Amino acid sequence: MTTKDQVREEVTIRFAGDSGDGMQLTGSLFTNTTALLGNDLRTLPEFPAEIRAPAGTVPGVSSFQLHFGSTEIMTPGDVCDVLVVMNSAALKANLSLLKKGGIIIANIDGFDKKNLNLAKYPEGENPLEDGSLDSYRVYEVDVSSMTKEALSETDLSYKEVDRCKNMFVLGLLFWMYNRPVEPTIKFLQKKFGKEPRIADANVNVLKTGYHFGETAEIFSSRYTVEEADLKPGTYRNITGNESTVLGLVAATQKSGLPLFFGSYPITPASDILHGLSRHKNFGVTTFQAEDEIAAVSSAIGAAFGGHIGVTSSSGPGIALKGEAMGLAVMLELPLVVLNIQRAGPSTGMPTKTEQADLLQAMYGRNGESPMVIVAPKSPADCFNMAFEACRIALEHMIPVMYLSDGYLANGSEPWKFPQEKDLKDIKVRFEPPRENSDEPFLPYLRDENHVRSWAIPGTEGIEHRVGGLEKEDGTGNVSYDPDNHEKMVKLREAKRNKVADFIPLQKIDQGNTTGEVLVLGWGSTYGSIRTAVGQLRRDGMDISHAHLNYISPFPRNLEELLRGFERVIVPEINNGQLVRLIRDEFLIPAKPINKIKGRPFGVQELKDSILNILSEKQTVTES
Amino acid sequence: MTTKTNTDTLKNGNANGSNGIPKYSSKDFSSDQDVRWCPGCGDYTILKQVQNVMPDIGVLKKDIVFISGIGCAARFPYYMDTFGMHSIHGRAPAIATGLKVSRPELSVWIITGDGDSLSIGANHFVQLLRRNVDVNLLLFNNQIYGLTKGQYSPTAPEGTVSKSTPFGSIDHPFNPLQLSMGADGTFIARAMDRDPKHLQKMLLRASEHKGTSMLEILQNCIVFNDGAFELFTDKKSRPRETIYVEHGEPLIFGSENEKGLRLDGLTPEVVELGSEYSKDDLWVHDEKDKTKADLLTRFFEHPHNSEHLKFPRPFGVLYDVDRPTYDEGVTIQNAEALKRNKPDLNALLQGPETWEVS
Repeated sequence: MTTKDQVREEVTIRFAGDSGDGMQLTGSLFTNTTALLGNDLRTLPEFPAEIRAPAGTVPGVSSFQLHFGSTEIMTPGDVCDVLVVMNSAALKANLSLLKKGGIIIANIDGFDKKNLNLAKYPEGENPLEDGSLDSYRVYEVDVSSMTKEALSETDLSYKEVDRCKNMFVLGLLFWMYNRPVEPTIKFLQKKFGKEPRIADANVNVLKTGYHFGETAEIFSSRYTVEEADLKPGTYRNITGNESTVLGLVAATQKSGLPLFFGSYPITPASDILHGLSRHKNFGVTTFQAEDEIAAVSSAIGAAFGGHIGVTSSSGPGIALKGEAMGLAVMLELPLVVLNIQRAGPSTGMPTKTEQADLLQAMYGRNGESPMVIVAPKSPADCFNMAFEACRIALEHMIPVMYLSDGYLANGSEPWKFPQEKDLKDIKVRFEPPRENSDEPFLPYLRDENHVRSWAIPGTEGIEHRVGGLEKEDGTGNVSYDPDNHEKMVKLREAKRNKVADFIPLQKIDQGNTTGEVLVLGWGSTYGSIRTAVGQLRRDGMDISHAHLNYISPFPRNLEELLRGFERVIVPEINNGQLVRLIRDEFLIPAKPINKIKGRPFGVQELKDSILNILSEKQTVTES
Repeated sequence: MTTKTNTDTLKNGNANGSNGIPKYSSKDFSSDQDVRWCPGCGDYTILKQVQNVMPDIGVLKKDIVFISGIGCAARFPYYMDTFGMHSIHGRAPAIATGLKVSRPELSVWIITGDGDSLSIGANHFVQLLRRNVDVNLLLFNNQIYGLTKGQYSPTAPEGTVSKSTPFGSIDHPFNPLQLSMGADGTFIARAMDRDPKHLQKMLLRASEHKGTSMLEILQNCIVFNDGAFELFTDKKSRPRETIYVEHGEPLIFGSENEKGLRLDGLTPEVVELGSEYSKDDLWVHDEKDKTKADLLTRFFEHPHNSEHLKFPRPFGVLYDVDRPTYDEGVTIQNAEALKRNKPDLNALLQGPETWEVS
């Protein structure tokens, strides 16, 4: 049998196995090599909710999906071309994500009686044998025994040998997609530097997998994916939570201020705490607080002291922080609140993504409590928006909510990272010390942007008190005066709205600046919308895409931009939240597209939904 | 950009050190705000004593911060001419932790009450103590919710009849000092509003201690719980029902100093001094002895329950030991991280692995 070499523009591979099978590492290593070869790519890991779900069962399946290509790749892929399954549970959990005619690489050891039982296949049924997979190309590979054989000369324990089998699969996939094994070898030698026998074993099995592809003569095709046309420059791969961390660290450097990070562990935000805690040399202090309330409160205390106060959480934790965020609104102190959203309400689905905390960010505090809201649109964009969140908070003395989500947090993409010199300076206005001044210090005196100065303890002559009680404009003294209260409520809102003068105007991401249809998104739906709109445009449709990074306040030109289109469609991973804000603010009959399944939009389903809306009769027309 | 002075403040703290402290008077610490507690409230005298000791703590005014939660006592920062924050219910310890960790050179004082610290904020209270953040916490304990007009509090004795417990409360009360011992607090003391001199002494001791200083101040709420501590404050009963402890001194009390506390093994007992026992037989107070401090903090019978207490209520510093503070630990760890690894943002942005696209 001869192997055909075929060129593919894009490929989606899904690695799936038991939690203990090392699928996340396998996927990451394939990703790293793919990035090095210059492909554009997106990844999406999916972990089980349980830390150690029973081995071999469907709830214990861990998956990693990688979409890469020689064209622009903006999503992890709707369906996959290749599904690698280490056991029968992995097949059961993931088969629906494989396209018809797709390739299954099955570790046959994971399809024995015991595993089939654990995966709850009916007694006597084996999908590899009963013809149910006839519409796919199935390659059965005895990964376990070939791994054992490759390591038969070593003194490794049974468990240690078993742990190497993911490298066999990785080697095989490297062969199938014409990728070199050297970067992975380098990685393994570094990772197991202190245990050379483990490093050697992994390298050995990796090569065995590669050679198996070459010599087994069971694979009819081998694929090449050419370099993508990425902008020239130096790239790295990055996940959303990693780039959030870097954005915060960059803000300390560009503001000249230390950063205090108060946080309580929660999925999927914890990696930000883990990441930041490693960067103490940058003037970063991390504080794992006793609860969400202490986390945000400690950040407010640090902000009162003149540091960048940051707290992070996900929806349930954000709910707990509500009262303290209101305090920061009242104190007019800079505070950054990172919400890495997940499916709610309540505990919801912690490992699944959702965009359903937008209205909570907007309205989820008592009283009139305006905050700034920003949202990154891709894993790398988390860097920009985390930096922006700090900039706005510090320059406008206002709490800022940053809305990422589980999909951005764990997904990755190539990032043409900036240099320090490319980043804006963040300008902070501290109240200067005074000596023997008879003039009383007025902590709530404002500049032309309604911003008060940052009056920090340790500054001579400006001792003053702030608090959660309504305060008199100027002096900050407690006031129950009715007119003053109304004035202060309006002032705090005006201050938030004024931020619009200091953010970029809204741009059209692709398409004409006026026309028939505008698809308006925010946050993590960027990649799906961009790809879907791009495809519809290539089909000849008059359709444009704009994507919001700034939601509160909206960019100044948003209304004008929206009114340039006959129809506005707002896709969201929630039950319709931005769409309500848009309708409310601009009285535009925007139409929602909603998906609430804990997963991002697929490109095809988004296209279908858009076409579906457009086929409806338009009942409300703008005059 | 930042003004030079502030940046210096952030980086170096108080440049003058304790040498450059001007001669303050208590008036220097009084703000321009009218004090608005009920006439006769115990808070007035506590405020006065705090203002009295401030000139003696050896800290510049600009470096002093008072942080409160919610409750009658929480108005306190408004009346101090220092930096201050009147925050939200129960969270002052968390806010103070963030401030002290970022600005360790500041002298940070928490003003809180029994509801604020032992009910809604109890978690932060115990966490502060276990971490041993170098702040001073003044717990105004009046055994009642005053600001919300008279509900029983977590230190109110069982059977307290209040607005929300017309048939008597069923909750067992917290003993704040025992709770502090349980949280491994390093400075545990008690004072009362009606003994201003002793209160001043305790405030100074709290200020001197490095670590969390927990000072409970029994405070009379004249409107909703008047006389709750009468047994300890009334001239007649006070000598019999209270004991003032001093480090290194035998535990003696009574109007004629005729009574003492003695330890029979680990069992405390009240003895009459005279023929059978002399001073030399008595329990000598040792602030550093955790076991003894633990015994002392357990003397917590409630005056409502009996006319005469088996053991007198102790006042003074019951426990005072050194343990590394959290803020100091953070400072050391951050400094070590900086020493190990010079901050290089470009290198950080670049990460471990890159590739070129041309």
